[in-house]
Amino acid sequence: MTSVAGIPVGLEGPAFWLPLVFVCLMGLAMLLYVVLDGYDLGVGIWLRRATPEQRDLMIASIGPFWDANETWLVLGVGLLLVAFPLAHGVILGGLYLPVAVMLAGLILRGVAFDFRVKVKAEHKPRWDAAFFAGSLLASLAQGVMLGQLITGFSTTPGALLFAGFIGLGLTAGYALLGAAWLVMKTDGELQTRAVGWARIAAWGTGAGIAAVSIATPMVSPAIFAKWFTLPEIFALLPIPIMSAALFVLLQIFLARLAVDAQRGNARGLRRWGWAPFVTSVGLFVLAFLGLSYSLFPYLVPDRISIWDAAAAPESLQIVLYGVAVVLPAILLYTVFAYRVFWGKAEALEYG
Amino acid sequence: MDALVLARIQFAANISFHILFPTLSIALGWLLLFFKLRLRATGDQSWMALYRFWVKVFALCFALGVVSGITMSFQFGTNWPGFMLKVGNIAGPLLAYEVLTAFFMEATFLAIMLFGMNRVSERVHTLATALVCIGTTLSAFWILALNSWMHTPAGFELRDGVAFATDWWAIVFNPSLPYRLSHMLLACGLTAAFLLAGVSAYRWLRGDQAPEVLKGLKVGVWLAAILIPLQIVAGDLHGLNTLEHQPAKVAAMEGIWETQARAPAVLFAIPDEATRSNRYEIAIPGLASIYLTHHADGVVQGLNDFPDLHPKVLPVFWAFRIMVGMGLLMLALSWTCALMLWRRGGLPPTLLRGLVLMSFSGWVAVIAGWYVTEIGRQPWLVYGVLKTVDAASTVPATMIAASLAMYLTLYATLIVAFIAVVFYLARKGTPPPPSPHEPQMSGALP
Ligand code: HDD
Ligand code: HEM
Ligand code: HEM
Repeated sequence: MTSVAGIPVGLEGPAFWLPLVFVCLMGLAMLLYVVLDGYDLGVGIWLRRATPEQRDLMIASIGPFWDANETWLVLGVGLLLVAFPLAHGVILGGLYLPVAVMLAGLILRGVAFDFRVKVKAEHKPRWDAAFFAGSLLASLAQGVMLGQLITGFSTTPGALLFAGFIGLGLTAGYALLGAAWLVMKTDGELQTRAVGWARIAAWGTGAGIAAVSIATPMVSPAIFAKWFTLPEIFALLPIPIMSAALFVLLQIFLARLAVDAQRGNARGLRRWGWAPFVTSVGLFVLAFLGLSYSLFPYLVPDRISIWDAAAAPESLQIVLYGVAVVLPAILLYTVFAYRVFWGKAEALEYG
Repeated sequence: MDALVLARIQFAANISFHILFPTLSIALGWLLLFFKLRLRATGDQSWMALYRFWVKVFALCFALGVVSGITMSFQFGTNWPGFMLKVGNIAGPLLAYEVLTAFFMEATFLAIMLFGMNRVSERVHTLATALVCIGTTLSAFWILALNSWMHTPAGFELRDGVAFATDWWAIVFNPSLPYRLSHMLLACGLTAAFLLAGVSAYRWLRGDQAPEVLKGLKVGVWLAAILIPLQIVAGDLHGLNTLEHQPAKVAAMEGIWETQARAPAVLFAIPDEATRSNRYEIAIPGLASIYLTHHADGVVQGLNDFPDLHPKVLPVFWAFRIMVGMGLLMLALSWTCALMLWRRGGLPPTLLRGLVLMSFSGWVAVIAGWYVTEIGRQPWLVYGVLKTVDAASTVPATMIAASLAMYLTLYATLIVAFIAVVFYLARKGTPPPPSPHEPQMSGALP
């Protein structure tokens, strides 16, 4: 099959558009995962900085959501497996160790949620530590996975350094989402602290996004060509400009909330508590769009395109029917669950 | 050790750990719904106390099931890339339907079931509980459809060595699905029944004789007594189905080397592949022909008919005896206990201790049963279509060894922690009901 920049020439019908549909669905699942599990991993990253009572509240603020959040990862990886079986093996084989570390991290934190409230009181700090360590490990590992994917699993010291740097950047990003979530979902002393945490994490996130944007085109000539050719560059300019604007806006919101917290201005905190979270999500969406543009139409940069890796159209079609029926239902009851747990977090009790 | 062996050990370790928890959460979910409906029907608060206690164990099982399940969804690609290349067109959609129809529903309504009692109406809460149960059962359906297809593949054709679906109905409802699904769901019920009975007996023996403890004991014992005969019948039918489709597996389960009429039922033996015979055999002549063919002189195929295409005999043979042994123990204990409960309304300490010992007997039988099934399919991964060796990954052995060591440490710790916490909760007894409180709504957004 001949192709231009990864896009096959002369391929028509379902064999052409089904892989496109599925890569969009997979992207959507991954983006939802990163944002949703991002905030609950982020809350875990800050756990050690809080008092024991605040820890209970922090965990209560994510308790009803984390399981469904992680299910988006299962869907994302599931779609990779289902729609692009060939790439699934290559990608997950290439990322074997960081994937294993991420899974260990997710296991630790997922069970720590439950164990910490059921074990003897003197063991609780140990499970809190596991929750923190698991959250941190999973975040770092996911960043490293992204970095290694961009460099095409290269193991040169430079590539590894780059991957490590993205690991730190993504962790800062999750820490930002987590802190911003707490600003929105809590009040009082914890909320004030969370504003401070968000201000620290915002700088890390900004540095991370900037570094990735500069380094990614350097790593791959194909990506460089995509961003820095003439007509395209103007069409794409809005992405970096809007990111910079959102970043400034985020700083303004955080500064203002910090002042409100200092002065005890409850009204201001209530009125603008949501703003840092929404702005941070905006930053993630933009970064995601930029990255998708860089990688498309490849699943493994410059090696495996979505058409190279796609499963048989018959099989994709049968999954698509399911997606069309089920996805709206999933979104609907997800919204329902968020409505049920709307409002500031409070202590969680079964039954 | 080479990468293939390590990858197999790792896959087996991960899925063995995973299956422990869904087994319990599938059945505990339905039990919790039952407790709730009893409460509604009778107004007896001890049902509520029972619910409060077991919902904790359920939540713990669920969390462990979810995190180990996430590991599973990465495993297929990392450990068996050849599997997805060859049969991905079939396995993919089945896995996708599991995620789409079951996982999201479970995960979302779980939150309402666990934490939403004071936030939604009683009706909605019951509905959420029912949806979680339906979700867990649907997960089992889809994953068993895939697993059964790997044992009895149907509804596909091979083009250039790759499987393409021709008939989805035949793929999902393949010949072994009905047997495997019903046997597995019954196994879930039994596993939960024995845990319920065992933990209740433990509390009773420690002097905690609150009404809900007796209720738990009774529900556990009666459920076990009802399910175990059904399970034995389902197992027998499952075995007959296997005989039809995978005779080599049945020969390994029975330890029969030569094809023969009036085949004996081997009770004890050490099968030896070097000499292709059994050592220290104790057998009942003619019995295997009766239960396998339902004819006194039916012919049973032996392993020598499949010289290179039969699984390792020793593990299949012994795993089968462990499962059936557990089943017979369950039958004896649950019927004795049920009889005593019926006649005397209580149980003597010896029987209570027996129940405590059998608390996790379901797990033992489930793992043993799956080892029969899965090792018995070897050397095939998809029976008659794909061999396990041809699906193996190219990941270096050292990497697999490192991650395997990590998983095993984690799993051992978590199993110990789980069992310790269940018994710790049992010692702590039931806490007083939490005071109902109004949800506070402050802030414009969540
Ligand atoms: C509480 C658990 C439990 C108990 C008491 C039993 N089983 Fe079982 N058995 C399982 C739990 C299980 C299982 C773990 O759920 C398996 C593995 C795959 C499956 O579908 O069920 C299984 C597999 C399995 C197979 C393998 C079929 C195949 O895949 O080829 C056979 C022939 C039997 N069982 C037969 C029996 C008989 C005759 C029993 C009588 C005592 C019995 N089982 C008790
Ligand atoms: C849930 C209980 C299960 C247990 C305890 C279990 C256990 C095992 C074991 C012990 C093996 C190794 C056999 C050998 O190497 O000799 C194996 C193989 C395998 N099983 Fe399962 N299995 C289970 C369910 C499933 C399901 C539901 C699927 C698929 C949907 C599956 C897919 C596989 C695959 C792909 C292999 C091949 C790898 C191998 O041969 O080791 N298993 N399983
Ligand atoms: C016979 C074997 C299996 C059964 C009966 C089974 C059943 C279940 C059930 C009932 C759950 C819900 C969680 C719980 O209740 O604890 C679950 C979770 C999960 N299972 Fe399995 N499973 C099996 C094997 C597998 C395999 C082979 C995979 C991988 C492809 C897998 C992937 C998952 C995932 C990703 C979750 C988490 C779902 C969530 O986030 O809600 N399972 N499984």
